[in-house]
Amino acid sequence: MGQYLLIETHDPFTAADGGGTFGLGRRLAEEHDVVIFMLQNAVLATRKASSAAAALTPLRGRATLLADEFSLRERGIRDDELAEGVRRASIDELVDLVVRDGRKAIWH
Amino acid sequence: MKVLSIVETAYRATVEEQDDTILWLNHMLKNNGLDVGILLRGSAGNYAVKGQDASGLSFGDLEMSHPPQIDEDLRALMAKGAPVYYVREDVAERGIQEANLVEGVQPISRRDLPSLFEEYRLVWHW
Amino acid sequence: MGTLTIALMDPPYETETTTTALRIVDSALRKGHSVNVFAYEGAVNLTMAEQAPHANPVKGTSVEEEAHPTTKDWIAALFRSAQGRLSWVNCGLCVDERGAGKWIEGPVRGSPKEFAEWVKSSDATLVIPTN
Repeated sequence: MGQYLLIETHDPFTAADGGGTFGLGRRLAEEHDVVIFMLQNAVLATRKASSAAAALTPLRGRATLLADEFSLRERGIRDDELAEGVRRASIDELVDLVVRDGRKAIWH
Repeated sequence: MKVLSIVETAYRATVEEQDDTILWLNHMLKNNGLDVGILLRGSAGNYAVKGQDASGLSFGDLEMSHPPQIDEDLRALMAKGAPVYYVREDVAERGIQEANLVEGVQPISRRDLPSLFEEYRLVWHW
Repeated sequence: MGTLTIALMDPPYETETTTTALRIVDSALRKGHSVNVFAYEGAVNLTMAEQAPHANPVKGTSVEEEAHPTTKDWIAALFRSAQGRLSWVNCGLCVDERGAGKWIEGPVRGSPKEFAEWVKSSDATLVIPTN
């Protein structure tokens, strides 16, 4: 089983393939251990009231869904607004996933 | 070390390098000992189309004498032993006929990307 | 401790990626890792020595009041805190094309060859693309 880290940075509302990483994550998670780390404007998908949050639903329970704490804070997204299954994570955690855990990291 | 380089952003450096900067970089990495494969995704799927022609650019009194030849760059990479893949659905969505693609490029479906990724130690999205 | 190699492409202030990349370098250094950065394309402009802060006519503040570090200042600070654990290569051909040859102390001129060697010897490599 491979260990993957998919880093999504694109705004889900303006990127033509904003769902590409989530779709790839679903396919990878069928056989592999997958973490999806949302950074920058990708965290706009994490508000449960956001129409883009629906893309996260199929990943719930299959992949670990993390959202960068600074990107959330910068956009005023509170914990009680987060979609189910999404956890706030630090940039230190991202570095651990890459360096300590040696995950195959793919940045989009 | 096996590295799969995913190229997605296409045609952004025509006046700069007169080629694609990421294909060029990966060619250099191949020359320097990395076992590189290329996956064309999104708009970069069009890089595999035969007969691309970026000639004729001129600004003021200056003409571009060496326009990019992306299809030739792909052929050169494959000649060096670097496989070039394209995402079949991305190409189909853009109305590109597979018969119009450079010989030797290999289709892969989105469904099979995980298997391709498993063949490589590193997967980089450029 | 490990070694992290990063490829970086974006020029200053064009995308949020620059901020994120600096946060990642800072975090990795604080954790005790060594970090290699290969600055490709517009990223060679991040370390240009002649960057200068400016006053803010909207706020009516002076350059001193703004206290506005540019990217070269942030990167110089990373070099200071790294104590020898940060290596930074500016792609020489990218530098030449951009006339970006004057940079701060720390980065060196190099080529994809250095990047390839770093990849082979690092614990992890992170390619941070441009959008």
